[in-house]
Amino acid sequence: MELTRLKGWLLAIGFVVLVAVPPAVTAMDETFYITLISRIMIFAIAALSLDLILGFGGMISFGHAAYLGLGSYAVGILAFHEITNGWLQLFVAIGGSAVVALIIGAICLRTSGIYFIMITLAMTQLLFFIGISLETYGGDDGLPTDRSEFAAFIDLGNEWILFYLILGFLVLCMYISWRLINSRFGMVIRGCHENEARMQAIGFPTYRYKLLAFVISGSMCGIAGFLLANLTEFVTPEFMHWFRSGEIMIMVLVGGMGTLFGPVVGAFAFLMFEEIISGFTENWPVIFGPLLVLLVLFAKQGVWGLLPKSKAGDG
Amino acid sequence: MSTLLVLEQTLNGIQFGVFLFLISAGLTLVLGIMNVVNLAHGALFMMGAYFASTFVAWTGSFFIAFLLIIPSSVILGIVIEMLTLRPLYLRDHMDQVLATFGLILFFNEGVKLVWGVDPQPMPTPELFTGNVEIFPDAPYPVFRLFIIGVGLLVAAVIYFLIARTKVGMLIRAGASNTQMIRAMGVNIRFLNTFVFGLGAFFAGLAGLMAAPIISVESGMGDEMLILAFVVIVIGGIGSVRGALVASVIIGVFEVVGRSMLPIAMQQIFPLEIAQTVGPALASMLIYILMAGVLFFKPQGLFPARTG
Repeated sequence: MELTRLKGWLLAIGFVVLVAVPPAVTAMDETFYITLISRIMIFAIAALSLDLILGFGGMISFGHAAYLGLGSYAVGILAFHEITNGWLQLFVAIGGSAVVALIIGAICLRTSGIYFIMITLAMTQLLFFIGISLETYGGDDGLPTDRSEFAAFIDLGNEWILFYLILGFLVLCMYISWRLINSRFGMVIRGCHENEARMQAIGFPTYRYKLLAFVISGSMCGIAGFLLANLTEFVTPEFMHWFRSGEIMIMVLVGGMGTLFGPVVGAFAFLMFEEIISGFTENWPVIFGPLLVLLVLFAKQGVWGLLPKSKAGDG
Repeated sequence: MSTLLVLEQTLNGIQFGVFLFLISAGLTLVLGIMNVVNLAHGALFMMGAYFASTFVAWTGSFFIAFLLIIPSSVILGIVIEMLTLRPLYLRDHMDQVLATFGLILFFNEGVKLVWGVDPQPMPTPELFTGNVEIFPDAPYPVFRLFIIGVGLLVAAVIYFLIARTKVGMLIRAGASNTQMIRAMGVNIRFLNTFVFGLGAFFAGLAGLMAAPIISVESGMGDEMLILAFVVIVIGGIGSVRGALVASVIIGVFEVVGRSMLPIAMQQIFPLEIAQTVGPALASMLIYILMAGVLFFKPQGLFPARTG
C-alpha cells in the first residue's frame, strides 16, 4: 500500500497544521478550538478502528460505540474508586475493551450479513442498558470524573498537553493500522472480505483471524474512549448509545471506507460540519439526514477516496 | 410476591409482546424477502403515532384515525422505498444501514419541527377506557386487552395472507429464494414495494396502538427498533411465525424480568447488592436470551431461508 505524492503531501501538511493548532488558536484567543480538535482526533481514532474491520474486513459492526463507552468507563469507574493512575486506567480500558470484543465477536462472528449488523447493535444496546442501571456510577445521569494522572511531566490538566497526547495516540494508531494492514495478517483479513470461502479453501481458519481483527479494533476504540473521558471529564451511557455507533460509521463513509486516512479525514469533515451547521440551526439533522442519503447514493468513495489513487493500491 | 402480581405482569408481558409483534412482523418481512436492512422502521412506527395523535385531534375518533392511518403510513412507506431503498437493493448492507440511519435523523428532527418538542397528547379511545376484572380484585385496563386482540387479529390476517393467497405464495417464495423467483419472471420490484408498504402499515398500526400508552415524542421508535431486531434474530429473519413466538417470549421476559427480578434477588442477596445487580441483570435478560438462542440456533428458532 503506497501513497501517491499528493496524498503524502496532504498528510504531512495535515500533521503540521495539527501540531500548530494549540499555539495558533491560543494566539488568536480562541482556545475553544483546542477542545474541538481534540474531540475530533479522538473520534478519528474510533473511526480508524472501525474501518479496520469494516473497510478492510467487511464486518459491518454497528456497535462500535460499545468500546468507546468501555474505555471511558474504565477511567470513570477507577477514578471513582480513587485509582487515578493513567497507565493502569489505560491498561484497563484496552484490556476491558479487548475482553468484551472477544465475547461479542465470538457470538456475532458465528453469523454474517444482516444478522451480524443486528447482533452487534443489540449487544451494544445491552452495554448501554448496563451503563444506565449502574446507579452507583451515576446511572443515566453519568459520572463526573478526574483526568488520569501520569508522571509529573505529563499533566493532563493542561489542555495543550492533553491535545498533544491525543495527537500522539492518533499517530500511533495510524502507524499500527498501517503496519497491520500491510502485514500477512492484514492480507488474510482483506482476503476474507474479498472472498471468505476461498480463504477457507486455501486453509486459513478465517473465524479466528476475523475474531482477532475484531478484538484489535475494539481495543483501539477503547483507547479513544479512554481519551474521551479525559477530555470531557465526564462519562455517560450516552457514549454507548447506538447513534454514536452510527455516527462513527458515517465518519468512515464520509472519509472513505477501506482507506487508512479516510476515517481521519471523515471524522474532521463530519464533526466540523456538525459544529458549523449546528451554529445556524439546532435542527441540523433535518438537513444532514437527507444529505447522508445522497452521500450514500452518489458519493460512496468518500472524500479521501475521491483523490487519485496510486497503482499499487492505496492508503 | 403474590400470584396475582405475577399473573398481572405476565399479562402485561404478553400485551407488550403482541405489541412488539406488530412492529417486528413488517420488519421481518422486509428483511427476509427484500434482504434489506431497514433502520427506518422505528421511524415509521413513530410517524404512525404522530399521525394517530393528529388524526384523533382532528376527528375526535379513534376509529376514523385508524382508517386514515392505513393510507398515510402506506404512502409514507412507499415514498421512502422508492426514493431511498430501491436504488440500494443491489448495494451492500452498509449502504442500506447508513441511508436508513439518515432517514431516522431526518424524521426524529422533522417531527420536532412540525409538532414541537413536547410529547403529543393522545387520549385512550372512550370505548376502551374502563377496566375489567379478569382475576378477582385485579382491575385490568380494557385498552391493553384490546391491543392483545388487535395483535392476534393481525397475526391471523398475516397468516391468511401468507399461507392462503397468491401474493403470500410469492412472499414465501421470495423469503426462501429471491434469485429463483426473479428467474421465474415474478415482478420483484412490485413485490418489494408491496412488502415494504405492508411493513409500513403494520408499523403505523403499532404506532396508533402505542400512542395512548407510551409517550408520543421524537425518538420513541429508536428503542423499539432494537427490540424488534432482537425479536427477529430470535425468531429467524423472514419468519412471521418466528416473530410472533419470539415477540411474546421477549415481551414476557422483559416485563416480568424487570418487575420480578429485583424483588427475587432481594430475597437471595443482601439489599445493597440486589439493588445494583437486579436492575442491571433485568435489562440484560433479553440480550442474554438472544445470545443463548444464537449459540444453539444461529439462524433463529424458525429459519425461513432454506436455500
